Amino acid sequence: MNRFDYVRPATVSEAVAAAGVPGSAYLAGGTNLLDLMKGGIVSPQRLIDVSRLPGLDRIEPLPDGGVRIGACVRNADLAYDPTVSKCFPAVAEALLSGASAQLRNAATVGGNLLQRTRCAYFYDPASACNKRQLGSGCDARGGENRLYAVLGWSQSCIATHPSDFCVPLAALDAMVEIEGQAGRREVALEDFHLLPGVTPERESVLAPGELVVAVRLPGAATRFATHARYLKLRERTSYAFAVVSAAACLHIEDEVIAEARLAFGGVAAKPWRARAAEAALAEARPSGDNAFKIELAWRIVVRALALAAAGTPERVPALPASPFAPGGALHD
Amino acid sequence: MSLSITLMINGTQRTVDLDDPRVTLLDLLRERLDLTGTKKGCDRGQCGACTVLLDGRRINSCLALAVSQDGAEVLTIEGLTQGEALHPVQAAFIAHDAFQCGFCTPGQIMSAVGLIQEGWAADDPERVREGMSGNLCRCGAYRGITEAVVEAQRSLAQAERKEAA
Repeated sequence: MNRFDYVRPATVSEAVAAAGVPGSAYLAGGTNLLDLMKGGIVSPQRLIDVSRLPGLDRIEPLPDGGVRIGACVRNADLAYDPTVSKCFPAVAEALLSGASAQLRNAATVGGNLLQRTRCAYFYDPASACNKRQLGSGCDARGGENRLYAVLGWSQSCIATHPSDFCVPLAALDAMVEIEGQAGRREVALEDFHLLPGVTPERESVLAPGELVVAVRLPGAATRFATHARYLKLRERTSYAFAVVSAAACLHIEDEVIAEARLAFGGVAAKPWRARAAEAALAEARPSGDNAFKIELAWRIVVRALALAAAGTPERVPALPASPFAPGGALHD
Repeated sequence: MSLSITLMINGTQRTVDLDDPRVTLLDLLRERLDLTGTKKGCDRGQCGACTVLLDGRRINSCLALAVSQDGAEVLTIEGLTQGEALHPVQAAFIAHDAFQCGFCTPGQIMSAVGLIQEGWAADDPERVREGMSGNLCRCGAYRGITEAVVEAQRSLAQAERKEAA
């Protein structure tokens, strides 16, 4: 790990001011950043510890029935929060299907949004990677790429965003609150992550030094609470990233689907909100040896929608988001 | 740059001057405080051998910077016994042959203690397996581990009921 300076500002504005120094990086749970630093993938000169900034660890109800989630709320605390489990169950299920219990106790909301891809070529300093070193090329394109993007990829990068949490957030119109030296602004979660194009090193709309301070789920999203699922296909049953995943949320009135929300994970550099599912998947094309993911994405949509229609289970199933586990299969 | 931190480790307050902010909680325990029960397996948050309780919650100590934990309470495998008496999770691991080489065992046990305190798995083996998925065992003692955690959970719940009565 490279040497770095460590600072722990007392307030959000102090943190944002401290981040004005080039080479700075924010540290919260550290579960992704320290891993990247140990591997020599990133080498910040200065860590700004935001893990204890006042106010960022709260989950607050909003007047419209939604919730505002501070950026430093730990994944486990969010997943087991009674309001989140009851009103936004697909968010809880997605969180509990991610990482391990130890990591969920440390990893934060802001860190989840900003975690880096797990593309093996990004993680290997000996490989060419435009995300790590712009212009060096993309060894994933001709390499072992079966797990990588089928939507929104470019010649320069085929990496996927690994988050489970962001998938239902995209489906439910979550908003991201951002603080910078110019003040506060907010963007839709759906617009927060960037597709690679020719600038794969730019992964989000954050300007240098900007800090995610909260994520908001709107009250309108609670109408999906009784018919909402997150489903995730992995190469092993637990503690693995999604090959493909889907959040399906239905608003059912008088036995008719009044509104459906659908988003995919594991298919692109961002959670892919499928506003017109058919049109979106019609555009999918393999970036390498991964044509199977397009078929798999279709199937997981059908399964996730059918499960959502059957109703949100009383409790997150024993194997969260697994299509094979009790509560995941259509007929147990 | 010298950074002084104070931690409550296994009930004892320890103040440490760190000459370098790169020290992880795991390295602090093993290399500076001589608490080598916590193991370094992958050092990248994938194996769970370094699991400790930080403020009562299980975490991977290899991915926690020590300097960022100033003021925290840490419980390691060394702090689990009450004198000579084994913790119920430790006793259950022995009773159920829940290890072979033993390298992952301190992390498994601390993770199990954390899981039982979290309360969501209770004695459901499926939920216990899911809840322990962040702890790898290369000897493959998973069956015994699951049985041990289920039994320890039951005996701790029973003890709690007795205390309440």
